[in-house]
Amino acid sequence: MSGLVLGLDLAYWQTTLIKVLVAAIMAPTAALILGYVFLLKIMSFMQSRLGPMESGPYGLLQLIGDGVKFIQKEDIFPEKADKWVFATAPIVVLMSTLLIYVFVPVGPDLVGEPVETGIFMTLAVSSISVIGILMAGWASVNKYSLIGALRAAGQLIAYELPMVLAVVGVVIQAGTLNMQGIVAAQANGEIFGWGGIGNPFIITQFVGFLIFLVAVQAELTQTPFDMPVAESEIMGGYQVEYSGFRFLSFFLAEFATAFAFAGIAAVLFLGGWWIPGFDFDSNTLNYLGPIVMFVKIMVVSFLVFWIRFTYPRFREDQLQTFAWKVLIPLALANIAVTGVLKVVF
Amino acid sequence: MAQLPGLIKGLGVTFRTMLEPNVTVQYPHEKESPAPRARGVIALKEENCTVCMLCARECPDWCIYIEGHKYLAPPRREGGKPRQRNALDRFDIDYSLCMYCGICVEVCPFEALFWSPEFEYSEPRIADLLHDKTMLGHWMTTVPDFEQYEAGSEAKVKKVPR
Repeated sequence: MSGLVLGLDLAYWQTTLIKVLVAAIMAPTAALILGYVFLLKIMSFMQSRLGPMESGPYGLLQLIGDGVKFIQKEDIFPEKADKWVFATAPIVVLMSTLLIYVFVPVGPDLVGEPVETGIFMTLAVSSISVIGILMAGWASVNKYSLIGALRAAGQLIAYELPMVLAVVGVVIQAGTLNMQGIVAAQANGEIFGWGGIGNPFIITQFVGFLIFLVAVQAELTQTPFDMPVAESEIMGGYQVEYSGFRFLSFFLAEFATAFAFAGIAAVLFLGGWWIPGFDFDSNTLNYLGPIVMFVKIMVVSFLVFWIRFTYPRFREDQLQTFAWKVLIPLALANIAVTGVLKVVF
Repeated sequence: MAQLPGLIKGLGVTFRTMLEPNVTVQYPHEKESPAPRARGVIALKEENCTVCMLCARECPDWCIYIEGHKYLAPPRREGGKPRQRNALDRFDIDYSLCMYCGICVEVCPFEALFWSPEFEYSEPRIADLLHDKTMLGHWMTTVPDFEQYEAGSEAKVKKVPR
């Protein structure tokens, strides 16, 4: 990617190094941006308060300070914990987050690794976090942790299905699993013969978009789907025994994943990095694309966090009922209708 | 499906709240003046105190410390008997104990204690919260005048001795 943009001819190991660095810097930065803008500020405004104001202008440095605080803390291991698994679990979760960043495109040439089955890969690597969470819950040797981890596993598996099924609708319409291809399909699409704004799939796949948003909410364990970490019931679930840097890893992973999933939603439904008025392949979009993508990601994240700050928590059985009895049938119907319409038109 | 209107309404509530300006006051930077008769700190008019100890005895927290001594004042008329008077040696209020009930102010028969709305006297050391009579006398300058009663009231408005 960088070779083309900068006009340089780099060796394979050099481009790989740059990609790794970009992903490694992107994920914490994204978590900080989302944490500051939504968790600290928008949430405060929605609750009629100001949020942090003292650390830096408008509290900008609050999360940096929190991060420094976390790093200073003692790295506590429970006495009977399975030490190796306990220590690795946050890294597995963080790794799954970082892997998503590899596949999400932000410009015609700006993509970590352009894979033919991009969206499939993205959703696959995002599911690795379940293993990390189960590891964390089991290795903590704590009943609350174990309950939290099992709840997380049940929830993530239950909502993985409607998410994938919602994506299938988009994939049928675009005719490709390639994320660049999906962006192209939206950019070159036409609404009843009018191609002024392309055909962002949010219009034709609106049901899919809603299902995807709900599923993302559950995948990210944001309220109203935060039973795995319900602090009033199981005191933080699988995070209960973690302190210091390892807890920070979970926190970073949660928000970085939120950013990444908002990116996936933007690519699938909002036209990705393409905006009307530009050629699909124009080099300008290599510079403009990340900004367009960022704006779209912030819009989707706003929806996610708006719902988070508004609704109270579901009950565990309501959560499962909602996934299996409402979302999955709806998603299947969506696929059927999309398939039929795809063949008819 | 029946819950859907309520869910959407709920989103509307949070969205509207987000757009409304909020009422937070950035305390150390901008200050709200407390109500004029707010119970901030108790001020002492030393000249009015007769060391009767009523306040110290009534205080539920026992946070008032008073010491005094008797002395003979010169007689009013020539040839008269010298008068016995009480002099105030020590009058301390321990604000680390005080619960701001105001009983001492109520109970004082000689109008020596008053409420002042000042509240910014926190200290890094808890022992510094013990205000002696000089400090309590200093608070006297911050005591506001009593407000007028409502129209038609025949009660006399008290005056703050200055």
